[in-house]
Amino acid sequence: MSSRTKSSKSKPRVAVFKFASCDGCQLSLLDAEDELLAVVGAIDIAYFPEASRAMRKGPYDIGLVEGSITTHADAQRIQEVRRQCKTLITIGACATAGGIQALRNWKDVDEFIRVVYASPQFISTLKLSTPIAEHVPIDFELRGCPINKLQLIELITATLAGRKPNIPTYSVCIECKRKGNVCIAVTRDSTCLGPVTQAGCGALCPSYDRGCYGCFGPMESANTASMANHLQYLGRPPAEAVRAFRSFNAWAWQFRKASEECEHK
Amino acid sequence: MTARTIKVETLARVEGEGSLYIKMAGDRVADVKLKIYEPPRMFEAFLRGRHYSEAPDITARICGICPIAYQMSAVHAIERALGVRIDPAVRLLRRLFYCGEWIESHTLHVYMLHTPDFLGYEDVIAMAGAHRQVVETALRLKKIGNRIVSLLGGREIHPISTAVGGFYKTPTKAQLLELLPDLEWAVQASLDAVQWTAGLDFPNFEQDYEFVALRHPDEYPLNEGRLVSNRGLDIDAAEYEDHFTEYHVKHSNALQSVVRGRGSYLVGPLARFNLNFDKLPAVAQEAATRARLQPPVKNPFRSIIVRAVELVFACAEACRIAREYEPPVAPRCETPDRAGMGQAITEAPRGILYHRYAFDDKGLILTAKIVPPTSQNLRRIEDDLREYAAQLVAWPQKEATWKCEQAIRNYDPCISCATHFLNLVVDRTEDSILP
Repeated sequence: MSSRTKSSKSKPRVAVFKFASCDGCQLSLLDAEDELLAVVGAIDIAYFPEASRAMRKGPYDIGLVEGSITTHADAQRIQEVRRQCKTLITIGACATAGGIQALRNWKDVDEFIRVVYASPQFISTLKLSTPIAEHVPIDFELRGCPINKLQLIELITATLAGRKPNIPTYSVCIECKRKGNVCIAVTRDSTCLGPVTQAGCGALCPSYDRGCYGCFGPMESANTASMANHLQYLGRPPAEAVRAFRSFNAWAWQFRKASEECEHK
Repeated sequence: MTARTIKVETLARVEGEGSLYIKMAGDRVADVKLKIYEPPRMFEAFLRGRHYSEAPDITARICGICPIAYQMSAVHAIERALGVRIDPAVRLLRRLFYCGEWIESHTLHVYMLHTPDFLGYEDVIAMAGAHRQVVETALRLKKIGNRIVSLLGGREIHPISTAVGGFYKTPTKAQLLELLPDLEWAVQASLDAVQWTAGLDFPNFEQDYEFVALRHPDEYPLNEGRLVSNRGLDIDAAEYEDHFTEYHVKHSNALQSVVRGRGSYLVGPLARFNLNFDKLPAVAQEAATRARLQPPVKNPFRSIIVRAVELVFACAEACRIAREYEPPVAPRCETPDRAGMGQAITEAPRGILYHRYAFDDKGLILTAKIVPPTSQNLRRIEDDLREYAAQLVAWPQKEATWKCEQAIRNYDPCISCATHFLNLVVDRTEDSILP
């Protein structure tokens, strides 16, 4: 209880930063309706523009970063954010893998811009959408598009307590088996990325009668080559396998490699 | 004559990244710029080459606040292109799904993003000190909206159950009936919200708006209807691009939209309420009347009461659907791979959301166009600020700045939505505009 009654001066200072993203992962904090008042009782939210116009200067004890790096200005800003935060945590597929906007990474952005814009010299967007870890060292990555709000609460709690967060790195299959779902990857003629995707969603898609589309990104030891072979065995054209690996975590190296191998089949 | 500048470098309590710059010369407003610096994410570009069945999942990621709106506009546009007719039970479920998002999004804005302005708090956390009961009610109401979304869609943000042709899985009748006690409480809580917001102080500020919203012959609009305005517009979604045009202003990463030949217009709760008051259920009409809210409401600050009235509608409509629902024969109908083109407009919490898709005979998307509500309101927000800032000449700088922020938040702007475009420009020459 003592942490809840501490004055805001001694409470850990938390900041939430946004880069290229949909705002959904930081909204997860406000979506934790049951825990929100307890959380804000235990921490001092010093910087969270989506929720407050009080924007206090760093340094911060914990920085939560949502979004990927897509502009020159943001590539500089993340350096300053890192300097200001004792512990830096990336939240969501944009921050941990470049997000859906990383689909631009396989296109000729310059050509693209020349076709579309009257004044290409004004365009200030980078060729690649990249995860935060490609720019600065980070302390923890929380996966998901979007993140699981309960995992976020667990992560904040663990960080405040100085312990390792209980966030599993096994595959969606483990969660799916525990729920007693009939295996979609084996029994159905539909693409399910569950075997190569990290758990965390609670095996949502298979529980709703569809294959997993990989929104928590590759699991630690993902056997994507075997997954690609299985898709071929199901009669999926290579282009379809490429699209399956290229969605919200397309730039995560395991999925990136798998999609490029399928592309060259 | 004194000159003064109001600027806000990071707009708070809005979704996404923007800044405000107003230049005053005496009592005249010389310049207003709502500068959007949220980075472009180019959705329309990478939708090309994807199968139409992926569009609901991909476009949801434009906005974490209103993903269902994107899924709904996407599936309706694609179904129209394919000539698919959906099961009436699916139609009803989609309305319920949208009600869940409206409840979640409107509660977030009314209590957590907008009310703190009226009461002089920096945020809802500071407000919770003196108004704990109100904040706890808001959190419960928001949770009920999210409960509907999670039941139908699997999770609150980026739901996974929306499919072209229906849903991947539909709930049982018993699952919807279980929602009823919560929903009945929510109707009462939102009636209280109307009364509570009506008691706030409102600046004396009215504008002559062109209101644009869907209108349906039988119901308050969500997924269907013709697009109408108080200045004679009455069109089908397929005609949208003949009547509205977007253009690029130098200071913004979002395009601004205008009615051809007329100029700025307003979408969202005020427009829906003013054009569809007669379609609100009696309980919502009576609440509005008690709050002395009669269409046309022309004071944008009073949109907070209108949002609360729409909360009453969404909760009452959700109750009705939960009671009437019988599961469809199949969760979704089969959809063929064939070439086609289709448009749809649905009512996102912030206003109309237009989608157009064209795809080839394999069902792969050739072109996509998306016009979100906030880019349609941007020009109107600047127009409001131009008029409103002139009223604030005598105000101290700090208070005037806060009031201007509040005027922007009248629109619940979602900047993440407004900058998803293919053709966005960051104009580096404009960086010097902020002194």
